[in-house]
Formats: sequence, C-alpha cells, structure tokens
Amino acid sequence: MKKFFGIFLTAVMLVAVLSACGGKNDGNSGGQASGSPAASGDTGAKKKFAIVYKNTGNPYGEKEMEGYKNAIEELGYEVILKAPDQPTAEAQITMIDELISQKVNALAIVGNDPDALQPALEKAMNAGIKVLSLDSAVNTESRMLHINQADPERIGRTLVQGVVEMIGGSGEIAILSATSQATNQNLWIEWMKKELEDPKYADVKLVKVAYGDDLRDKSVSETEALLKSYPNLKGIISPTTVGIAAAGKVLTDKGLKGKVQLTGLGLPSEMAEYIESGVCQWMYLWNPLDVGYLSGYAADALVNGTITGAVGDKFAAGKLGEKEVIADGEGTQVMLGDPFKFDASNIAEWKDVY
Amino acid sequence: MKQTATNSAALQGAGPDKNGSLSANIAKFRELGLLLFIVILSVGVQLRNPSFLTWENISDIATNTAILSILAVGMMLVIITRGIDLSIGATLALSGMVSALTVSQYPDLHPLLAVGVGVGVGLVCGVVIGFLVSWINILPIIATLGMMNVFRGLTFETSGGKWVSAHQMPESFKAIATGSVFGINNLILIAIAIYIVAYYFVSHTRTGRRVYAIGSNPESADISGIRTGRILWLVYSIMGGLSGLAGVLWVSKFASAQGDTASGYELSVIAACVLGGVSIAGGVGKLSGVILGAVLLGILNNALPMINVSPFWQNFIQGSIILIAVLVNALVKRGIDRNNLMRRKI
Amino acid sequence: MEQRLIANKKEFTLKGFFLQWEWLLVLLLIGVFVMNSNLSEYFLDSANLRDATMGFLDKAFIVLPMVFIILLGDIDISVASIVALSSVIMADLYNHGVPMELAVVICLAVGTICGWVNGLLIVKYKELSAVIVTLATMIIYRGIAYILLEDQASGKFPSWFKFLGWGYVGGIPFILIAFVFFAVVFWILLHKTTFGRMVYAMGNNTTAARFSGIQVDKIKIIVFTLAGLMSAIAALFLTSRMGSTRPNIAMGYELEVIAMVVLGGVSTAGGKGRMIGAILAVFLIGFLRYGLGLVNVSAQMLLIIMGVLLIVSVAIPQLKQRFAYVRRK
Repeated sequence: MKKFFGIFLTAVMLVAVLSACGGKNDGNSGGQASGSPAASGDTGAKKKFAIVYKNTGNPYGEKEMEGYKNAIEELGYEVILKAPDQPTAEAQITMIDELISQKVNALAIVGNDPDALQPALEKAMNAGIKVLSLDSAVNTESRMLHINQADPERIGRTLVQGVVEMIGGSGEIAILSATSQATNQNLWIEWMKKELEDPKYADVKLVKVAYGDDLRDKSVSETEALLKSYPNLKGIISPTTVGIAAAGKVLTDKGLKGKVQLTGLGLPSEMAEYIESGVCQWMYLWNPLDVGYLSGYAADALVNGTITGAVGDKFAAGKLGEKEVIADGEGTQVMLGDPFKFDASNIAEWKDVY
Repeated sequence: MKQTATNSAALQGAGPDKNGSLSANIAKFRELGLLLFIVILSVGVQLRNPSFLTWENISDIATNTAILSILAVGMMLVIITRGIDLSIGATLALSGMVSALTVSQYPDLHPLLAVGVGVGVGLVCGVVIGFLVSWINILPIIATLGMMNVFRGLTFETSGGKWVSAHQMPESFKAIATGSVFGINNLILIAIAIYIVAYYFVSHTRTGRRVYAIGSNPESADISGIRTGRILWLVYSIMGGLSGLAGVLWVSKFASAQGDTASGYELSVIAACVLGGVSIAGGVGKLSGVILGAVLLGILNNALPMINVSPFWQNFIQGSIILIAVLVNALVKRGIDRNNLMRRKI
Repeated sequence: MEQRLIANKKEFTLKGFFLQWEWLLVLLLIGVFVMNSNLSEYFLDSANLRDATMGFLDKAFIVLPMVFIILLGDIDISVASIVALSSVIMADLYNHGVPMELAVVICLAVGTICGWVNGLLIVKYKELSAVIVTLATMIIYRGIAYILLEDQASGKFPSWFKFLGWGYVGGIPFILIAFVFFAVVFWILLHKTTFGRMVYAMGNNTTAARFSGIQVDKIKIIVFTLAGLMSAIAALFLTSRMGSTRPNIAMGYELEVIAMVVLGGVSTAGGKGRMIGAILAVFLIGFLRYGLGLVNVSAQMLLIIMGVLLIVSVAIPQLKQRFAYVRRK
C-alpha cells in the first residue's frame, strides 16, 4: 500500500509539472506544427541570424564567425554563433535543431559533411528559415545558396602552377590533404589533377595524395613517410592549414629548405615562421573575415527577399560592394574573389590578423 | 607452498625469481614474442621499402614514439592498480596550451621553467583525479571520463578559441623537442631518463612494490598496513605530471598548440600498455613490455604509410594486431598457469 | 533463542522510497526543466520538447543493453563502432542493388553478429577483460567500415526510410514510441524475468552464481549480443536522421552511453542499479543539453558542465557512504 502511495505521489508531481508546461504553452501553441513559417511570428522582435561552424577552437573558423557577426551587427540584428566541440555531422544536426526551436530567421552553415545535414536543413527550410552554406558546402538540396571563398578551379590550378614554378618545371610532387571526405579538399585536388594533364607538365609527376586528417601528429608522420618513400620528391602541396604547417615544421627540422618546396593554403599566423625562413616561398588563402561578412549580407538579402538564391540575383554586400549569384552545378553560389597570395613581403602584416 | 607462490609471482614479473631457469624463460617469453614480432614486422617492411631501417627513419620513429612511451609508463602504473585514466589526452592538451601561452607572453622564459609550468599543470590535474579516486572513491573510469571533459573544456577556454603558432614561440622553447645532445634527440633522452627513474621506482623502492601489491589484491594490501589511498593518489598524480611533461614536449615538437590536441590519444597509450603485457585486472606489468608495446605501435604508425598500405586499412590492421597480441598473451598465461598447477608439489 | 526471520525484501518505508537514487534523478529532471524554462522561452514548447527527444534518443537504444552489461561488471566500448559498421554495410548493400527492407534486416544481423563475437571472445578467453576485447573490436569494426566505404558517403535511401528518424505517429515522434517500446521490454527483462535475476546474481558474485547453476557463459554471450543488436537499431535511427552514412559516424557514442548508464545509478562494480534510473538519466542528460543549447552555451562550457555533472552525481552516494561510516563510529 505504501509503495503505491509513493508511486502515486510521483505521478501527481509529474502530471503537475506537465500541466504547468501545458499552461505556459497555450500562448505559443497556435499552429506550432512544423508547417508554419517561423519568421512571421517575430515581427516585433529583433531578427536572429545564426552561423554554425565546423568545430570550436579553430582560429580560422573564429574569424569567419567574426566576419558574419560584423555584418549582422552592422545591419542591426541579433547574431548567434555556434560550433560543436567535435567536427561531426551529428553535433551539427543537434545545433540545427536547437536553432529551429529558437525560430531564427537565417542559418549559415559550414558543413562537416555534404549530405548528412540534408534532412535537418530541409526541416529548417520548411520552417521558414533561410539556409545558406559557406566555405565547406552542403549539397544543393540542403541549401538555398552557397558562399564560396574562391573558385575551386582557380585554387587548384594556381597551387599547381605555384609549386611547379618553385621546383623549376620538373620533378615529383605530392599532395598532403586533410580528411579524405572533406568536400572542398577533394574538389581542389580534382582541379589540381586536371591542371597536371596539360602537356606542359609532362615532366612533373604527382606521386601520392596523403591524408593527415587535420591532425598535427598524423600530418607530421605522413610528411615524413612521403619524404622517406619518395627520396626524389621536390614539392609538396598542402591545401589545409594544419597540413601545411606540419609539413613546414618537418622540412625545417630536417633542413630540407630549398630541396623540397612547399606551398598550399595556410593561415598566415601558422605559416609566418616558415615563410620568413624561406621553407615556404609563398602560399595562398583568402580572408575568412570577408567570407563570413559576405555570408552575413547574403543571409540578410535572403531574409528580406532581395534575392531568392536563383542565378542572376544581385545584392549589396556592405563594404564588399555588389555581388551576383552564379550557377554551381545544380545549385547556386556567390564567389568572394580570387585567392590571396602570401609571401615574405606581406606576411608580417597578416600574421597577427589571423 | 612458498616456492610455488614465488613461482607465480615471478612469472607475473612482480617478484624475485628464485626457482631456476624454466619459469624465468617462460616469463621472458612474452616479451620475447613481442620482440620477435617487431623484428619480423621490421624486416617485412624493410623488404617493401628499403628506406625503413635507415638511421634517420629509426630516429624519426623513436622521436615520435618518445611521447607515447612517456605516457605509457604512467599509464602502466595506473593500470597496475586496477585503474584506468582516460583523461591524459585532455591533460596533455591543457598543459601544452598553458605552457605555450606562457612562453608566448614571456618569450625570455627559460625553457626549463616552461617545462615546469607544463608539468605543474599536469600535476594539478593528476592530483584532482587522485583525490576523486582515492578519497571520494569514485571509479577511475568515471572520474577520468568526467575530468577529461572538464580539462578539454578548460583547454578551449584558456586558449580563447585561438591556436598558439610557431612564430609566437621563442626558439628556446621549440628547441626543447628538436634539440639534441651528442646527436641523440632530446625527446629520446628524456624518455630514457623517465624509464630509468621508473625502473628504479618500480623495482627498488618500497612504494613501487606497494603499487603492485595494491593492484594484486587491494584488500590484503589494505589489511597489511599499506596506505592504499595515499599510493593511489600518488599514482594518478604521477600520471598527471607525466601527461603535463608530454604536453610541453608535444607542443614544442609540433610548434603549435591547439584546443583539440591529442584527442583520443589515450586509447593509443592504453593499447601500447596492453600490447606490452600489462594486465587490466591489475598487479601485472613490466616496463620492458611497455617499451616494446609503445615501439610496436610507433613502428606501425610509421611503417604503414611507408609501404603504401591504404590509409583505410590502417585501423583494421592496428586493431587486428592488438587483438592477436592480447589473445597470444592470454594463451601464454593459460599455458603458464597450467604448468604451474602441474608442477605443484602436494 | 528467539527466532529471527530474514525478510525477502527490504521493508517499504516512505523515507526509503524517497531517498532512492532514482528519486534524486526525478528531482534533477524537474530542476532541469525549471532552470531551462527560465533560461529560454523556447524550452517549454511542447513541439520543441518533442523534437528535442528525436535528437538524443538514438543513443538511448544502446543504453538499455548497456545497463545489463554494466550490471555484470563488464563494459563494452565497441558499441559505437558496431553502429558505424552496421550502418555502412546497410548503405553499401542498398546502393549496390539490395532492396532496402533486406538491407535493414542485414544491418540488424551485422550488429547482432558483432555483439555475439564480442561475447564469444570474452567468454572463451577469460584472462582478457571486457575492456581489452571491446577495445580491440572497437578498432577492428570501424576499420572494416573504413575498408568498405573508404572516404565516401553512402545514402540516397528511399523516402520511407526517413520516417524512422523524422516521422510522427499521431503527433508523437516515431523514435520516441520505438524507444518506449524497447524500454518496456528491457525493463521487463531485467526486473520481471529469471534472466534478469541471474544477471544481478552474476554481477554480485560471478563465482557463486556459476556454482549455483547459473549458465554464466551463456548469459554473458546473450547480453553482449543484445548490445550488438540494439547498436544496430540505433544505427537505423541515426542513419535515418542523417540521410546518409560514413565510416566515421557515432564517434564517442560509447562514452556518452556509459555516462548515461552510470548517472542512472548503475554501479560499475556490478550487481546494483535499475533500468528506470538509466532511462531517467537519458532524459535528464538529453533535456539538459537541449536546454543549454537553446541559450547557445558554448561547446566548451557544455563539456565542462557535463563532466562536472557526471562526477558530482557519482560522488554524492560515495560521500554519503563515507559520512555515514564516520557518523556510525
């Protein structure tokens, strides 16, 4: 009998709590099924723009989010910055759900996986949220628009041209990439291979594509393995910030400056030492602040209807001027510009920025 | 009776060997098997890629394995006491980040002081975990799981989301890991020094013997007057201190401190110990085995890319080798125990 | 001499009832709700709460058999890899022409087999503890997944598959219904069958259990096989949530699942703990995370909070014991 009494008490408490939920809920319940557009309910409140990066503690990502924040605050709205502690798709799905619950107006995402976020992002779009991706794209069905930092073709071709120039026109080269599934990495590598098909590179041979998984120690051991397995290696292209810095360190430690050339995409702060010492003569990147900034204005343009993400749309992007939407396979994108070259002449001014 | 007791103790590597050559040989068999495996593996790889057994490559393997082996020593002590420490990756990251931030703020700091800062942070982390395990009696796996999250979160917080890059680190700091004495890299020397100290601690001090006693049979150890709590606390603090040291060395070696440094590294360390014959049930473990285990893992990490094994097969191969090694270990132990039973004089 | 009767069960007192660990969890759960609804206006929305469950329930399926494993005094850290492997095999087969229904069945079969292999190894090689065996199989299973799919994603499932992770039945998420169903099944299995009693006996003293006739080996194998099966079910829901799969999904799930079980009051030493505790812990952690996420707490703060929560929750009963002992002296 006493046992039943105890359980009864528990049940009463739970019911009380739930009905309290129900009570507070009456104000919001009207039409909260997933079909209703979220933005229309918030005409009084400040508009909310969110950005989800790949992972936390990444200075490049922090700058992109900062750029986005600057744009949104310039426009006078509220901004939400989110990044998971592990670069997984599952964590981003959870964050997308949390943002849907908060009824944000727009969601910008740097995807950890091109396909796995689709159901979550589709749910967001059905709820009336404008979805765009930047930097690392999600597939065309998951987004309205993609903000691309630089044409992947230009990136791939420029990197190959750069390394070939450094090694003097002939020799063996290798690529040190990040994880094997990163969309942007694979796209750039594809363009690098296409560039190498040109007959003027007949004496240049790509011997291996190695994966450092964006882990410092793995990138180091992969670089060492490359140097060991291909003693005639003359150049390394590393289109990832962790990879190029790791390769720079290995080449410095082994005193291979000048014998093995290095270029790729790197953070000025990480590569400053190696550019100043000459281990890496020049490298490329773009300004992540600008990428975030452009995304902020694009998000705003989507929310207030200036553009719908269709080819040909034009919108004003604050300090960056006017931008146009162009085609990207079955989807659309906006291009930031050309990759920026860092070398000994300008590295000092950029190494403290990011 | 006493003789057979020392027999099994000797075979488990925990006590002096009084009973002649056969048991000693069987005990060495485990390490010998591992050594043989390493030799065969190296020969195989050398045949596929002649630049494997070069002095330079071996030096690379040693340098890369040095940090792993330092951590493995600490982990061995923890596992011997029937515990486990999942937080070492996070402790490593935290102490590495703190020491990197310190030298970037005070570039004139003597490198030894920088190392001291790192070891200090690691010690604090280890002391906290020791407190949770020995005083509050929380199970080690839970305590270290929880603190792993806390330390990792703290690493992100202290770094403010930024990395500490090579150009922010003074040369003296980076030279800790790249410098060498008499042509042998600093890291290798530090690892050897740690091993010598550990060997002395384990074989020639009473506290070291008590660690084994606690792992073998915690209740008897307690009853026989050993301050179990204090020693457990000590063991986890040592692990923390070693993780702190490893953190500074790591950050110096790679000339970069990130928030997600060494994520998941603890599993490699545990694997090295397990390969080296340290028993999770406690009370069993030899330093020689741990060195060999760490070396084997280091060779695997180095060799697989060199013989062009697809990176997608690496996980599978490493896991299979670990499984085979522990199975062989188990069968060997079974053989020894059976031998023991047969040789008992009643 | 007076005859003393030893009762079968502890006498029921209201004080005893309310001092249970599970009651503390209920209080914590209510506390979490109160805190979160004060932090964010979006928390107490029934639609949001309902959708929040869809986010954390996929790992909850694994919590159910893990309770059994930890009750036995063992542990299984390969569950996340089993999730990945079964998901990858299912996707790969489907994209090579196998009909989806069959692929789903094969997914469950793969999970079951992986769990069965774990159990077999642990039972046949008693010198090896469960930690070591599942550590090795964890790496091996995920390794196989990597060999199969390398760096590719595999997906494009038929639209009915999406219903598993995103669909509703009468306004309630399907995943919640499925979880409640399995939770009831496992609860009955643990608390109302002989099998459950035998598991408790084994957890308390394996040797005594064996000598009293309990088929210790068989039960261990069954328990680990169940863990494999439920991991495969979790794989189904997770894959449906993501619409595609890769070899690197479900990273870190094993530690989260173990944390949920331990928070639920199941002792890792074995023999103590109840299913309802683990279920409450699932919702506690899930809603706490969700609520904090609604106010956009940073990932690093979340890590620290979760770590502290786990430690404090395990420390409380230990401290209680220690101070009770001191007081008795």
